[in-house]
Amino acid sequence: MSELKKQLSDAEKVNLAGTKAKGQRPYFLADKQTEQALSVAMTLAMELSVTKERLASLECILVDKGLIAEDELDHYQPSKEEVAKRSLETQAYLARVLRIMQQDKEELEGNDPDMQSVQDELTK
Amino acid sequence: MSNSSALPSWDVLTKHHVFPVASHDEVARLNFLTHLNVHLSSQILPGVKTAYEKQVKPEIIAQTGKEPSSRHVIREHMLENGYFQMWSALRRNTMEMRHQAARAQVLGQIENIVDKVNQACDNDTNLQLDNAVTIPPNVGSVDIHCQPGCYYQEYFENDVTVAASYDLGLFVTTAGLLGALSDGGGQGIANWLKTQHPDFSPKRILDLGCTVGHNALPLAEHFPNAQVIAVDVARPSLRYAHARAKSLGLTNIQFVQANAEDLSQYTDGSFDLITTSMFLHELSHQSMPKILKNINRLLADGGLNLHLEQPQYAGMDVYQQFIRDWDTYFNNEPYWGPMHELDLKQVFADCGFDPKDMFDVGVVSKVDEKIFGKPKTDGEDYGRSPVWNALGLWKGKNAKLSENAA
Repeated sequence: MSELKKQLSDAEKVNLAGTKAKGQRPYFLADKQTEQALSVAMTLAMELSVTKERLASLECILVDKGLIAEDELDHYQPSKEEVAKRSLETQAYLARVLRIMQQDKEELEGNDPDMQSVQDELTK
Repeated sequence: MSNSSALPSWDVLTKHHVFPVASHDEVARLNFLTHLNVHLSSQILPGVKTAYEKQVKPEIIAQTGKEPSSRHVIREHMLENGYFQMWSALRRNTMEMRHQAARAQVLGQIENIVDKVNQACDNDTNLQLDNAVTIPPNVGSVDIHCQPGCYYQEYFENDVTVAASYDLGLFVTTAGLLGALSDGGGQGIANWLKTQHPDFSPKRILDLGCTVGHNALPLAEHFPNAQVIAVDVARPSLRYAHARAKSLGLTNIQFVQANAEDLSQYTDGSFDLITTSMFLHELSHQSMPKILKNINRLLADGGLNLHLEQPQYAGMDVYQQFIRDWDTYFNNEPYWGPMHELDLKQVFADCGFDPKDMFDVGVVSKVDEKIFGKPKTDGEDYGRSPVWNALGLWKGKNAKLSENAA
């Protein structure tokens, strides 16, 4: 076994979360780039759904507690720390949305076996 | 939409001590993917059958003058069909999204999980690791079911990322039908034994290919006086499995790093029950006979061997075969198809078992309907359902007769 590092950096974690599975990726649509765009759209659909849920939760809490005025969010100014935190979150968000390009890059760089030759090997 | 069609939230899963915690948005992400999977299988997939019946099958008949005789012919033609292409593209992508969501969640807290796993593993004889064990080709050639790192990769010292993300992600493709601990397979075996063979009381149980141990634990729980040995090649999965079992209060289970092709440390006839869950389809033509011969050697006379799997292709409609075979080519399960077309009884016979001892039985897990509701789809969902086909044998008992009598 090769020597393993002690810990991962934040950037390595973002990269590892989206890394591709070993084995050539099948593409189904006539045009590969169209399928990649579909993948991006589906992830955006997920994130929009997550955001809607979060807003719904927030709204429930705020309404229940009577904590803020209705127009307070529109006038909110984030602090410097908050801006920095959001920048890191946005970087991870984009890595999620564009995972398909990361994986295509990894496939281009690597040397994945195709499923038929693996099956041939496994069924010898 | 009425409440009866609502799906359970990922958040109902049992939070054992090493289970990854989830933020509000992480739960929302996993729930979205669960809904997307159910939508694809219940709303989009039926259209694939229609596309086959109305477009592809007539084309095949026009070209060849006969109905398609194999799943391979159907696949070749369906790959040119737009509806199948879109469903496949969405399904593949959803699987990849599941893995990214689960991995991002786990990696965000991996140091905490590893600390807990390290503490649980420290000097505990219920975990037996062996650095000499290597990853066999059937596990290492591609990342099975598109899980990056498969069951075995470690990204840093003592890492368990792949195991923790597997544990939390199972829900997403099964929509909770495997239960709060994703242990439906093991619960199915335990329930079947409890109802059909209440007097069977194994003292030593062997579970092969245990991964995170989810299907072995119900056996340890159901047979508290038995010693369970759960075997896998994957170090991070075993370390996580051991900590997971310990946190759930189970101490009569030992996790052992070993290749099921070589279990020479155990003596002949030393197990009364040997199980596998969704394991056979991740083997190879070379490894399966070696493993079955080991099982035959290790199983005591009168002992039970049970393998949970999806049904074999023999006698199945070719379209069914084709759609079940999707994972073989498009979800990194290269041995799924070849295994499902084997004459398993013949393979077992060639490995020394007596075909007269063998039987097939449907095993159903009992899922808490108060939490998870009733299953949403009719019958099965092509490899994602809680109903398993079990191939079993009572060694030396001419079991077919005894199963019929039960």
